[in-house]
Amino acid sequence: MSSLTITGVTKSFGTTRAVDGVTLVVPHGSFTTVLGPSGCGKTTLLRLIAGFLVPESGSIAFGDTVVAGDGVRSAPPQARRVGYVAQEGALFPHLDVAANIAFGLPKEARGTASGRDRVAEMLDLVELPADFRDRRPDELSGGQQQRVALARSLAPQPAVVLLDEPFSSLDASLRGSTSRAVRRALEATNTSALLVTHDQNEALSLADQVAVMRAGQLVQSAAPSEVYLSPSDPQVAEFVGRAVVLPGTAHEAHATCALGEVVLTEPATGAVSLMIRPEQVYVDLAHDEGVRGEVEEVSYYGHDCAVQVRLADGTSVLSRMSGVRHPAPGDVVHLRVTGLVRAYRPAGSA
Amino acid sequence: MTTTSTTTGRRTPPLLLAAGAVVALLALVPLGYVATYVVIIGSADLWHLLARPRIGELLRNTITLAAACMAATAALGVVLAVLVERTDLPGRRLWHGLLVAPLAVPAFVNGYAWVSLDRSVHGFGGAFGVVTLSYYPLVYLPVVAMLRRLDPALEESAWSLGHSRARTFRTVVLPQLRPALLGGALLVGLHLLAEFGALSLLRFPTFTTAIYDQYGSTFNGAAATAMAGVLVLLCLFLLLAELRLRGDRRYARVGRGAARASVPVELGPWRLPALAGLGVVVLLAIGVPAFSLVRWLAVGTSTEFPLADLTEALVATIVLALAGAVVTTFAAVPVVWLAVRHRGWASTLIERSTYVANALPGIVVGLALVVASLRLVPVVYQTAGLLVAAYAILFLPRAVVTVRAGLEQAPAVLDDVAHSLGVGPLATARRVTLPLIAPSLGAGAALVFLAISTELTATLMLSPIGTRTLATEFWSASSELRYGAAAPYALLLVLVSIPATVLLMRSDDPERVPA
Repeated sequence: MSSLTITGVTKSFGTTRAVDGVTLVVPHGSFTTVLGPSGCGKTTLLRLIAGFLVPESGSIAFGDTVVAGDGVRSAPPQARRVGYVAQEGALFPHLDVAANIAFGLPKEARGTASGRDRVAEMLDLVELPADFRDRRPDELSGGQQQRVALARSLAPQPAVVLLDEPFSSLDASLRGSTSRAVRRALEATNTSALLVTHDQNEALSLADQVAVMRAGQLVQSAAPSEVYLSPSDPQVAEFVGRAVVLPGTAHEAHATCALGEVVLTEPATGAVSLMIRPEQVYVDLAHDEGVRGEVEEVSYYGHDCAVQVRLADGTSVLSRMSGVRHPAPGDVVHLRVTGLVRAYRPAGSA
Repeated sequence: MTTTSTTTGRRTPPLLLAAGAVVALLALVPLGYVATYVVIIGSADLWHLLARPRIGELLRNTITLAAACMAATAALGVVLAVLVERTDLPGRRLWHGLLVAPLAVPAFVNGYAWVSLDRSVHGFGGAFGVVTLSYYPLVYLPVVAMLRRLDPALEESAWSLGHSRARTFRTVVLPQLRPALLGGALLVGLHLLAEFGALSLLRFPTFTTAIYDQYGSTFNGAAATAMAGVLVLLCLFLLLAELRLRGDRRYARVGRGAARASVPVELGPWRLPALAGLGVVVLLAIGVPAFSLVRWLAVGTSTEFPLADLTEALVATIVLALAGAVVTTFAAVPVVWLAVRHRGWASTLIERSTYVANALPGIVVGLALVVASLRLVPVVYQTAGLLVAAYAILFLPRAVVTVRAGLEQAPAVLDDVAHSLGVGPLATARRVTLPLIAPSLGAGAALVFLAISTELTATLMLSPIGTRTLATEFWSASSELRYGAAAPYALLLVLVSIPATVLLMRSDDPERVPA
């Protein structure tokens, strides 16, 4: 078990730079998610770490051991001690659950009492009943297959576990329970993990650190709340969640925009773009305090609802509010911004 | 010769590529021989050889018979398939079995059965009837498979839009059956162009029988080869049409199998005529050959029962078929491995080369190997090795299709997972890949084994002197009109064909129908 350090790693296919100078550190025992749209190079990055691909430049190290780059002969995947959980699990279809989990154990351990104990321990770790050991992969649900795949990857005590969109083929309810079980198993074994996904909710809810990738480059890596509330640019903002981006004028700690005066995360001056999350836009149904607007559209989800409001100057603003009490289209409401707002230099200016 | 796949970044091992190239070259020998020979003969001589009334007659015979049989098998196949799959006909499963059963009777055995009962069954009419009865399952099976996997929701949507059942069938179901129907009919055409035994017994000369006669009587290489060239062109034409269709068919495939069966049509007053029609087809396709076989078996064995000869022929057939099955399956492995794991232009070229054999009649492969071996390596002429090579060329496409299906069950990601668990490449092959593809290797070898046991044409041309197989013994007896003596061999040939037929009957996949 150790940290994972990626330094300036680049990999091209033909003329496309799939991974372009990526630097990322996954601290020991932590969970990092790599978030990006499909085709951004996140799966290539994962395959480089696993050793299925060899980087053109840059280096990869587990703890102090360099496994690729820096003039070191690239270690083959079987020498790297990485756990790999593929999409849809990729369980060996000809082996039962126990044999799948024991696959990476040394030959001496397989089939002995210690091997059997390890399998039982792993099943328990991923919260599956012990009698699952004799089942065939096709007798398991998608979520169970993923749990077995994780157990299999953890059994030989890898330095780091790599998960390639492991929950994308599961339906919504299974996805939540399976991902939380995976998270608990990784925490219990104190294993460093890197999970690749295009799902913002998954990336934010599971990780200690979210690394956002775009066109082969890492554009931001930070704690989930920081990526959400203080994204490095407006594109990242819109990728990790819904965002209201308004032009404004900043004077030090404050800025003015169509929603009135807002407080900035960092001081700025002059023309800026302001990124406001919909849940920061407070809709006041009772008082006349704030900016006046008319409700255009309401999408009711039960636990909350999304309200589209048109302001007097024609700007349309999205707000997310509790579903307990909500306005109807045509109602006149007043809007206020709560919390801090991130300001960006508008596109085209230096 | 190293190519790197752009999608996976995996390097193609040069040894694997070399093995694949060797197999592809072997598969291309017959085509190369015909092409080279045509060039060597020169256009003037070629014209002289081909511009003869006899060739015109052969061309007319071959094309009319192929066209008539393709049309008849298509019509028969669709009608039978719809009756069995989409109506409330009693005993549908039984009928299905009976309708597939003719596949277990090699066409040349069927021809023997008819001609030995009634000498008047010959010429165009006889050939047309016998061949249609032998080959209609090649259309029937893929159409049945297609009907089974059609999503009933499509028809239900059409009904809900106010279309009648008949109109829905015509506008919704039939267009979707077209690929299976045309694919099956083209297969019939390919089989017919290659058919030698049945047409020879029924005395209807086509290119294939004429090549054999030419080769047998005068050993006139030039004339035989010129005709082989025309035959190969006809076959390639059908193969290309089939390939195009196959591409479309993959594209048009509906979801992952239909969960619900369609509601069967009530036949009502048509039930009895339908049953009678099916009865007649089964009677002609299975009843007549069975009756004939039993009759001649009784006649033949009443005088003497050549147990020693039969055993000798059976053993020789099994040994040759085993050798051929093992060689063919091993040859398929590098081809499939390249095609599935290392996609690229070289792999595609190699896989396609083996596919060409689908268009090569046994007669062309036989002729090519005879001439090529005499010219280039006379030592191998008249050896069992050469015969096994011919089998490998002829049946490689079957092995490739089956083994490929197996390797696709063992995706590369499983290798990745094994490597990440600290298991090296050799141990991965032993612990993951081999166990996964072993069943398909076995199935491929079994299919090839069964095909070789009933192969007639190439065996006649290439079997070493003194080697007697079931097919050659059957042939020497039946072509000398010793029908009784041929019967026990015919029976064994039918018995050998049954397992493959049962396999096909169970298969729901229209693409697994024999090529």
